[in-house]
Amino acid sequence: MTERKKDDVTGIETTGHSWDGIEELNTPLPRWWLWTLYLTIVWAIGYTIAYPAWPMISGATTGLMGWSTRANIAADIKAHEGRNADLVASLVSADMQTLPANADLNRYAIARGGAVFRANCSQCHGSGAAGAKGYPNLLDDDWLWGGDMAAIDYTVRHGIRNDLDDDARYSQMPAFGDILDRPQIDAVVEYVVSLSSDEFDAGVADTGAEVYADNCSVCHGDAGLGDRELGAPNIADAIWLYGGDRATLYTTVEKSRFGVMPPWGPRLSEADIRAVSAYVHSLGGGE
Amino acid sequence: MTNQSPPSLYAAREPIFPRRVSGFFRRFKWWIMIVTLGIYYLTPWIRWDRGPSLPDQAVLVDLASRRFYFLWIEIWPHEFYFVAGLLIMAGLGLFLFTSALGRVWCGYTCPQTVWTDLFILVERWIEGDRNARVRLHKGTWTAHKVRLRLTKWAVWMLIAIATGGAWVFYFTDAPTLARDLVTGAAHPAAYITIAILTATTFIFGGFLREQICIYMCPWPRIQAAMMDADTITVAYREWRGEPRGKGNVRRRSKTEAITAAADLQAAGPGAARYPGTPYPDKALQVGGKIPAGADAGPGDCIDCMACVNVCPMGIDIRNGQQMECITCALCIDACDDVMAKIGKPRGLIDYMALSDEAAERAGDPAKPLWKHILRPRTILYTAIWSLIGAGLIYALFIRSDIELTVSPVRNPTYVTLSDGAVRNIYDVRLRNKLGEARTFTLSLSSDAALGIELAGQQASTLVVPADATMLQRVYVTARPGTPAANGDMTALRLWVEDIVADTRASKATTFNGRGE
Ligand code: SF4
Ligand code: SF4
Repeated sequence: MTERKKDDVTGIETTGHSWDGIEELNTPLPRWWLWTLYLTIVWAIGYTIAYPAWPMISGATTGLMGWSTRANIAADIKAHEGRNADLVASLVSADMQTLPANADLNRYAIARGGAVFRANCSQCHGSGAAGAKGYPNLLDDDWLWGGDMAAIDYTVRHGIRNDLDDDARYSQMPAFGDILDRPQIDAVVEYVVSLSSDEFDAGVADTGAEVYADNCSVCHGDAGLGDRELGAPNIADAIWLYGGDRATLYTTVEKSRFGVMPPWGPRLSEADIRAVSAYVHSLGGGE
Repeated sequence: MTNQSPPSLYAAREPIFPRRVSGFFRRFKWWIMIVTLGIYYLTPWIRWDRGPSLPDQAVLVDLASRRFYFLWIEIWPHEFYFVAGLLIMAGLGLFLFTSALGRVWCGYTCPQTVWTDLFILVERWIEGDRNARVRLHKGTWTAHKVRLRLTKWAVWMLIAIATGGAWVFYFTDAPTLARDLVTGAAHPAAYITIAILTATTFIFGGFLREQICIYMCPWPRIQAAMMDADTITVAYREWRGEPRGKGNVRRRSKTEAITAAADLQAAGPGAARYPGTPYPDKALQVGGKIPAGADAGPGDCIDCMACVNVCPMGIDIRNGQQMECITCALCIDACDDVMAKIGKPRGLIDYMALSDEAAERAGDPAKPLWKHILRPRTILYTAIWSLIGAGLIYALFIRSDIELTVSPVRNPTYVTLSDGAVRNIYDVRLRNKLGEARTFTLSLSSDAALGIELAGQQASTLVVPADATMLQRVYVTARPGTPAANGDMTALRLWVEDIVADTRASKATTFNGRGE
């Protein structure tokens, strides 16, 4: 065993450990330090008993305190909902058309709607609401079915061209490939291009104008301004849902399009529907 | 037993009973204690009028509304660089003082030192000076001892509660909180904070004391890297004091001195005569071995142990520089007192630079103080410190009371409107840093023809409430066919202007066209 030994140079006791003749001086640690260490060990054991800690085969020990992150979050959400209860109640009973006039409520609706939008709508319309081919851009000032608060609310609630909601917005453009021949479609495409562009063949467009008047103007209007009652797009403006080049327009006329949006009435709460409508209305094109 | 059992690796704390001392440094330290504790306890109660909608507390860290108020300065969270700058200055300041004056922070202004000093003062008032306290410590638990101990702990506890209590006043309106604390209406966080700080003050100041400095605080270990032989520190003039001896006053003859030196040698290094230090034979670090020559006359040190008895760290400065020494300078006062009594010049223990040792030994004058202090290292620290300070002051003065940040919405980069116009969206945050609501106009300047619109607002003005940030969506539109609409990127600048006060601020940003 070790022997008590003093270092010759310093006169200090050594621990008795020696490595290659180098000996370690004994500089004792304070005893309270040792007790602190023991205390932290006891504390750590108690901690793992009180809180979820030890991994088992299926899951971990739950701990005596019954603490869980899930329960905490659920409680947090509940507390927030409790605090927002008044706002939710006024949102649910608010008149949608005049909502923007109520600045505080509108701000709440937009903030809440943004979250609803990102969770439910961004898959098609994009997280920035800029849409994609076939999915309308919600930031611009062009609306197929109407851009005031009530119209947006209706669209969100019932959706478009779906089988799930009897009140869904519905319209169907015929596939003109069965009705018109190729030159006629080419001509009407040229006419449609002429409505919003300076670069077109005037002769062909003139022929197309007649085809348009006979076949298209019923829905899209004499000047091509569309009809929101029917969801018929304005084809005289700069915004195209599927594309405004001749090839895409040809396909659209020949085969028609059938964009579908699900009804959110059965999926979202009343407050969420109103909130997301307010959010969409606030994006830059609201009427 | 003894020789066969391994040595213990743990030791109980040696109790320390610092004796009362008076002198220049002690008086200086009393003043520092009064000033620092006064600042700490009283600052939250100073009022400062900032107008009706802002708090009137001169120094307030308002965590709830994320503001820091210091007299006329109000720091917003995004201006945290001021705080960072002050922290860097505090760090560099400590570097500077340490390299010039050693552990002067530890010895004079560290809260651990100041509160321990206060606790020792209380201890002395109640239990008496060193000898009485040693007796009490060794004595049995009589009613008298219990009464003294309880009184002492009660007073310590009161100080500790006041200390923990003062802390929370920095974080909310002090008078309101004081009322709430008494009526039990204050937030639990306030009570918990007070409880924790009361406990730490009580334990650190009453019981752990020097253990904090030796075993817990990292600062002394860092300080060692900033000190060098020119640093002014507390040291024992071993060449003047040795050979020490109880009878040195009377033993002023050469022969007697020789005997004394021989005795000392015979007692061996680190003799048990100087207890309480873990490194008994670091004895002569300042000087080297005691000269064992016939011409070694009696030294000035009469081995009265005054310096050891007053030391709050429980060490013997005559053993040379030690990691425990906080340079509180109390041993200087103690020894100066003794020197005066025996008719010797003061300064056997004194502030000095270790580099002067050789000159002093040879009897030459030491380098003047300023030459020790003015050296490249301290000059560099001062330069950096002042540079940062000047930068912060400059930043403080160019601060505007309006601010805006512009984050362009880049998802999507632009929006085509039905008439072919191109629109960009910007999220603009406007900060009104004054204590009253103000009306701002938003406008833009650019070489290109661009239009500006505020989302959801009819007019181009908006009212930002007092001391608040407002988020406003801004649309910038290029008419169809214009270069800005069809081009790639166009530079523009968004301006915010207070229509009454005529102050304004701006931020540059870019407009994205179709990039055709
Ligand atoms: S107080 Fe001065 S004289 Fe007395 S023991 Fe200390 S150094 Fe020596
Ligand atoms: S030796 Fe003790 S009394 Fe002297 S300065 Fe250092 S800590 Fe203070």
